[in-house]
Amino acid sequence: MAQYEPVIGLEVHVELKTNTKIFCNSSTAFGADPNHHTCPVCLGLPGVLPVTNKKVVEFAIKAGLALNCQIAPFSKFDRKNYYYPDLPKNYQVSQFDLPIAEHGFLEIEVDGNTKRVGITRVHMEEDAGKLVHQGTISDSSFSLVDYNRTGVPLIEIVSEPDMRSPEEASAYLEKLKAIIQYTGISDCKMQEGSLRCDANVSVRPLGQEEFGTRAELKNMNSFKALQKALVYEIKRQIKINEEGGRVIQETRSWDEAKGVSLSLRSKEEAHDYRYFPEPDLVPMVISKDWVDEIRTTLPELPDERQARFVEQYGLPAYDAIVLTSLKEMADYYEQCVEQFNNPKAVSNWIMGDFSRLMNADNMEINDVRIQPAQLAKMLQLLEKGTISGKIAKTIFEDMFATGRDPDIIVQEKGLVQISDEGAIESIVTDVLANNPKSVEDYRAGKNQALGFLVGQVMKATKGKANPGMVNKLLKEKL
Amino acid sequence: MISLKEVEHVALLGRLKLTEEEKKLYSKQLSDILEHARKLQDLDTANVPPTSHVLPLQNVFREDRTGEHMTTEKVLANAPDRQDDYFKVPRIL
Repeated sequence: MAQYEPVIGLEVHVELKTNTKIFCNSSTAFGADPNHHTCPVCLGLPGVLPVTNKKVVEFAIKAGLALNCQIAPFSKFDRKNYYYPDLPKNYQVSQFDLPIAEHGFLEIEVDGNTKRVGITRVHMEEDAGKLVHQGTISDSSFSLVDYNRTGVPLIEIVSEPDMRSPEEASAYLEKLKAIIQYTGISDCKMQEGSLRCDANVSVRPLGQEEFGTRAELKNMNSFKALQKALVYEIKRQIKINEEGGRVIQETRSWDEAKGVSLSLRSKEEAHDYRYFPEPDLVPMVISKDWVDEIRTTLPELPDERQARFVEQYGLPAYDAIVLTSLKEMADYYEQCVEQFNNPKAVSNWIMGDFSRLMNADNMEINDVRIQPAQLAKMLQLLEKGTISGKIAKTIFEDMFATGRDPDIIVQEKGLVQISDEGAIESIVTDVLANNPKSVEDYRAGKNQALGFLVGQVMKATKGKANPGMVNKLLKEKL
Repeated sequence: MISLKEVEHVALLGRLKLTEEEKKLYSKQLSDILEHARKLQDLDTANVPPTSHVLPLQNVFREDRTGEHMTTEKVLANAPDRQDDYFKVPRIL
């Protein structure tokens, strides 16, 4: 049986965080009543004149720079013609042969290896409207159209077919999302549709130079869905090849509920977009000065920040990757370290209990009620021995739920660690008197008896006794 | 000459339903139009720079400030059909 190698390229749409649409001054705010954020331009009424939002061009250039692209000195918009009710003009204004940015790359880490994935192009375009159906589209007899999203600015980022596994595709999307989020031009929320991903997938016998026929996969709304859809599609294509069949070039839609992809249309009957230059929008000449000015607004990007975390805080590479994958998380981390200078301890808490509770509640960093200063304060209490490690977890959960200060919780619940030698000593004496068998065992050389006795002291103090002190006192008395 | 098949393709893209007579008629008319436009190929453009736009303008931008939206009644005034504040259209799969 021949070994097959998948070849994957991704097309990612990112919604830009501007106040207004790309060619008119209608609002882009999410959640308005249907068709309330529209005007003659985005509704495509006759005789209107679209004018480009300068911020969109600026954001697209910023994305291009963050992705190591060359910025086009001359760029223009084109009409992409297709007939569908989500598009009131029957064409989408996009960019065809002169996109704003080209020839970039980003780097991913898979299994400890760094790999460079090429970025073919970044272009600007307008989003389409939203079709609403009662039930599903297949059992509805009509569509309801909401044009609020029509004209919301997007950039489309097209990768080279450089990825060779679903894991690489995921890593690419993660990195791309992180970079774009750092630049601040988009929220990149897959669930809300501000980041959308299509995949071009083909397989070829290992060692073959030429690409196989590809299928385009659509409708993957999460990282998990992308992963599952790619695994499914690669298997499907390998099976066709093994059975002597031929993969046809087509668009397939991922059905998350059923876990299968279904053919939408084959390329033979595919769209014939008849691109031509948009006559209503004049070309853009992008000066070097403008590009340089935008370059100065670029923040520290994930790769640089990751390297700095390793260098400055002495963190393991893994911690640095996880902490810098989200700008908000990295910011939170640094604010906390500023007030509690034990970088690895802070990292352990953020990557551990913090992330666990956050993910369990499906929250984002900004929703977390514990402020960085409060986490730092708790870690100080732990370091000073005011609270034990076990109690710290309890306090942390309370802080997470209520956002209260750790010292208040400690006082209120009487969780201060008992480090008073006299107090612990009397408990130790009691425990020894009540457990003569264990005392004998220990003296006979059974070391595990000590663990049992420590446990009894902790139990008697509800976990509040300083464990180091308990150990010390027990050993002395034995 | 524009073939009947090409006429059918263009009609499909524009969602037009054509009779056999119309297809024949448009096949000839479209060919004539293209033939007419082909005359441009005879011009000497050796010294004319290629361009995508006829206006001597570039970099016309607007600032990112929201303006007035249309009232919903106006937005939907020309809608062939509506439901609440939505346009209502035939379903297209």
